[in-house]
Amino acid sequence: MSLIAAENICVRLGGAEVLHDVSIHLDAGEIVTILGPNGSGKSTLLRALLGMVPVAHGRVTRAEGLRLGYVPQKLHVDRTMPLTARRFLSLPDRHGRAETDAALARVGVPEVADRPMAGLSGGQFQRVLLARALLQRPQVLILDEPTQGLDQPGEAAFYRLIEEVRRDTGAGVLMVSHDLHVVMSASDRVICLNGHVCCEGTPRVVSNAPEYRALFGLGTQGALALYQHVHDHDHDHDHGHGHDHAHPHHHPEPSHRHEHDHA
Amino acid sequence: MLDDFLVRAGLAGIGLAVAAGPLGSFVVWRRMAYFGDATAHAAILGVALALASDLPVGLGTMAVALVMAVTVATLAARGWALDTTLGVLAHSALAFGLVAVSFVPDARVDLTAYLFGDILAVSRADLLFIWAGAAVVLGLLVWRWSALLTATLSEDLAAASGLNPDRERLILTLALAVAVAVALKIVGALLIAAMLIIPAATARSLARSPEGMAVIASVIGAASVALGLLASLRLDTPAGPSIVAAAALAFAASASLGRGR
Repeated sequence: MSLIAAENICVRLGGAEVLHDVSIHLDAGEIVTILGPNGSGKSTLLRALLGMVPVAHGRVTRAEGLRLGYVPQKLHVDRTMPLTARRFLSLPDRHGRAETDAALARVGVPEVADRPMAGLSGGQFQRVLLARALLQRPQVLILDEPTQGLDQPGEAAFYRLIEEVRRDTGAGVLMVSHDLHVVMSASDRVICLNGHVCCEGTPRVVSNAPEYRALFGLGTQGALALYQHVHDHDHDHDHGHGHDHAHPHHHPEPSHRHEHDHA
Repeated sequence: MLDDFLVRAGLAGIGLAVAAGPLGSFVVWRRMAYFGDATAHAAILGVALALASDLPVGLGTMAVALVMAVTVATLAARGWALDTTLGVLAHSALAFGLVAVSFVPDARVDLTAYLFGDILAVSRADLLFIWAGAAVVLGLLVWRWSALLTATLSEDLAAASGLNPDRERLILTLALAVAVAVALKIVGALLIAAMLIIPAATARSLARSPEGMAVIASVIGAASVALGLLASLRLDTPAGPSIVAAAALAFAASASLGRGR
């Protein structure tokens, strides 16, 4: 049985259907990445799995007594709250000093224990968030774009850390990203999301799927993916022109994108 | 000892300060300053309703403050513009309260006492009410401390840890309503928010942990009560505003200290 799963869920936010008929499951020891352009419902899917947003249809199931570790996309620590990294790790459950120090050492930032959270760099902050999640001894680790604001080496190091955690603890890892490059090397399975599951499979299978290409283009990075998504739903727009001069990239299969959208 | 009005005043003020330290810290962390104001202003309406229906004033203020706090929290959750909503509600509640008080036929209504407090007239019964209220506030906060802190930091993080952020918010709202009812007699409706915010803001630059900030805020609040009462006695100034003025001076000192470091 999967540790956590969603079966045919639909989620509505403010009247709009953000997720339609989405099914997803996570087993122990695997790294699954949800990939999709901005506004594709990635974060909403995670929030539905965590029980933070209600599902209109379908259901979310968790293994009995499942321990979850969650690393949010962004966390703002107000400057009015004096909070050291060590104290932060003990929220809401208290952990001993030895435990918190070990967790900080595990994620490679032992030096920040007594520093205020508001003064940490982006990379340090994300690692402390991960350390807090690890202190829950999670069977499932859920990360929402955990490397936002990190530079490329920092990002690569962070994903290596995730792989080590998986290896050491056997936890299932579910993360969200829009960074194709990193995802391809670090994931066992990739789920391509755009309001619904477009395609899923191993990174190799997904990268060759027409649906994936339609969403992200070929050999391009996130910038193009974002651009294409904006036009994805513009049905009145004449697809015959107006794209090529708007940006330098070549669309491999513009018709694919269109078909897919109406499917 | 309790026969001395000054001792009763001091004990009343310290009771409020002890509860206001941690509660005020949450008000500062969650940026609820205006929220506290709106709840406090609604207390005047509670006074009028209590007097009109012959209920204890403390009960009336607590009930109306609670209704106000829940209303604001509900509207905020539905996505109303909080700044505008609070601005409308806070001053409307105050205006309706002042109008309603004028309908109370009895001449015993001393409006100034409710607007600026009447700490020097605290009776033994008042003292009991104040300390009971303070104990309720403190009890709620201590009981839910870790959960409240987590939910304040991030509702998502709290939810992922199996906590219910809505419940924690409700507990703070409840504590705020009780604190307003307690503080009305001491500093009055117009200065309640000040007693919550100023000691906590003063403690910020002196504290290294959330717990430290809460405790230091209580100490600063209590010291402000003592200083304010003393000044009031010596200079014959109004007691409630003198207490808040003392707290404000402490804030100025700590702010300049914080900058100097």
